[in-house]
Amino acid sequence: MAKVVTGLKYAETHEWVKVEGEFAFIGISDYAQQELGDVVYVDLPADGEYITKGEDFGAVESTKAASDLIAPVSGTVEEVNTALDDTPELLNEDPYTNWMLKVKLLNPSELDTLMDAAAYEAFCGK
Amino acid sequence: MHPYIPHTTDDIRKMLETVGMKSLNDLYADVPQEFIYKGEYNLPDAMSEDEIRHFFEALAARNVKMTCFAGQGWYDHCTPSVIPYLTQRSEFLTAYTPYQPEISQGTLRYIFEYQSMICALTGLEVSNASMYDGPTAAAEAVRMAVASTRKKDTVLISSTLLPQVKEVVKTYASYAGIVIEEIAESDGQTSLEALTTSLASGRVAGVLVPNVNGYGIIENHIGFADATHSAGALFIEYCDPSSLAVLKSPAEWGADVAVGDGQSLGIPLCYGGPTVGFMACKKEHLRKLPGRIVGATTDRDGKRCFVLTLQAREQHIRRDKATSNICSNQSLMALWVTIYLSLLGPKGLAEVNERSSAAAHHLCKELLATGLFTPVSDKPFLKEFALDYKGDARALHKALADKGILAGVVIGDHRICFAVTEKRTREEIDYLINCVKEAAL
Repeated sequence: MAKVVTGLKYAETHEWVKVEGEFAFIGISDYAQQELGDVVYVDLPADGEYITKGEDFGAVESTKAASDLIAPVSGTVEEVNTALDDTPELLNEDPYTNWMLKVKLLNPSELDTLMDAAAYEAFCGK
Repeated sequence: MHPYIPHTTDDIRKMLETVGMKSLNDLYADVPQEFIYKGEYNLPDAMSEDEIRHFFEALAARNVKMTCFAGQGWYDHCTPSVIPYLTQRSEFLTAYTPYQPEISQGTLRYIFEYQSMICALTGLEVSNASMYDGPTAAAEAVRMAVASTRKKDTVLISSTLLPQVKEVVKTYASYAGIVIEEIAESDGQTSLEALTTSLASGRVAGVLVPNVNGYGIIENHIGFADATHSAGALFIEYCDPSSLAVLKSPAEWGADVAVGDGQSLGIPLCYGGPTVGFMACKKEHLRKLPGRIVGATTDRDGKRCFVLTLQAREQHIRRDKATSNICSNQSLMALWVTIYLSLLGPKGLAEVNERSSAAAHHLCKELLATGLFTPVSDKPFLKEFALDYKGDARALHKALADKGILAGVVIGDHRICFAVTEKRTREEIDYLINCVKEAAL
């Protein structure tokens, strides 16, 4: 059973968002890392780049697939979790602690379109 | 009755019975009737083995053997005879793609050697297992630049690139939604000023320039990589791989990607094929590099072995998000150039270029001495050069062709591009010069 953390917002494409003031941390859910299998590479944008809600901003590669990361919100990249360069398997170990991006939110109202933990759990259950 | 198909009518009938069909046409029952061709096939009668041999011999007899002074991307360099002997071994000639490493170590190993040699020649860290040819490799590099830089759709290509490279790049780009802009030339080579101006748009994802251009001129790319990188774009060098034995490498020019055609590495002209393209890049671009890649690893007994790797980039897994749809390589021709490079080594390859260059400079000097030509540029050239003829270039070309000489490539009403390789003898060069003098009379 995939772990879902309350207090986070979730996208249908299995990214999660943790809001802290005007910033947001973005990662992939436990469901996503389970489906992917062993992660071998994470392709992320650079600091200062824009990400746009609904558009791909990178990719996660596992031994069996390469999956696009779709931005759950729009913003500018503040920080990238560089630990994932050398140790991409951190996403399998703990996908909630090991965030991928920290962005400065461009349009906080976009958060309203995302699911809460309960809704996401139901969504995955389908 | 088809002597080359082993099944008898009886064999076919038995097979059809086994699958519950009455005729071969029943196998196509799933195809809608509207798509089934119902006419007569306009095919001649089958020929016997001897008739076929006679037919092709007659075709081959129409080929005219000429002394080659033409270049423009295809060079008549020497081919050591051991190369066709080895590549025609059935283990190489008929081997399939090495998807199963447990039965393909020979193939995987030579591709790994090929990749290593391309890295040595270009100075770049990663090479793929080869592309179809130089022009398509260039087109793939253009796509790679756009794939690597988000939200940029324009690639600048030098106007001094060979025409076939520009044409293929433009064809690929038109279907990929990529805008191609040519960089103007100045005094025989790509203009840095024109490049800098075009980079200011902020929409440029990549820049493609030749190390030796369509005039045979060795380009000076000081400042090119810096300007390109300042604009956040990838810098791509299109190179004659043979010339890399004596010229500055793409890595030294600051290139992110290097591509080119392997024909100059001992592949015979063969009236235009087959050839092989190479593609190399800096390690940071590895994930966007298209094509196959062979990697070295160890098996469960700790022994060194080779395998196709990083396949998650390729289109059979990444699908429409892959940099390219290519999931193949030119293994046999990659093997050809690998054997060529092993035989010659760095010293031998340098010698090929030094001899070709010396012969080209000698021909240039002699042609200018006839008083019938003027130089196009005073910039340095390697083994190919362009001259303007005082008369009709096409008429001169035809006159020399009638004498069995392929006197360069006509690239304008008066302009001819001559190439000379280490294969051209003193006698052949003297004969060309004499024929030129005679034609002018």
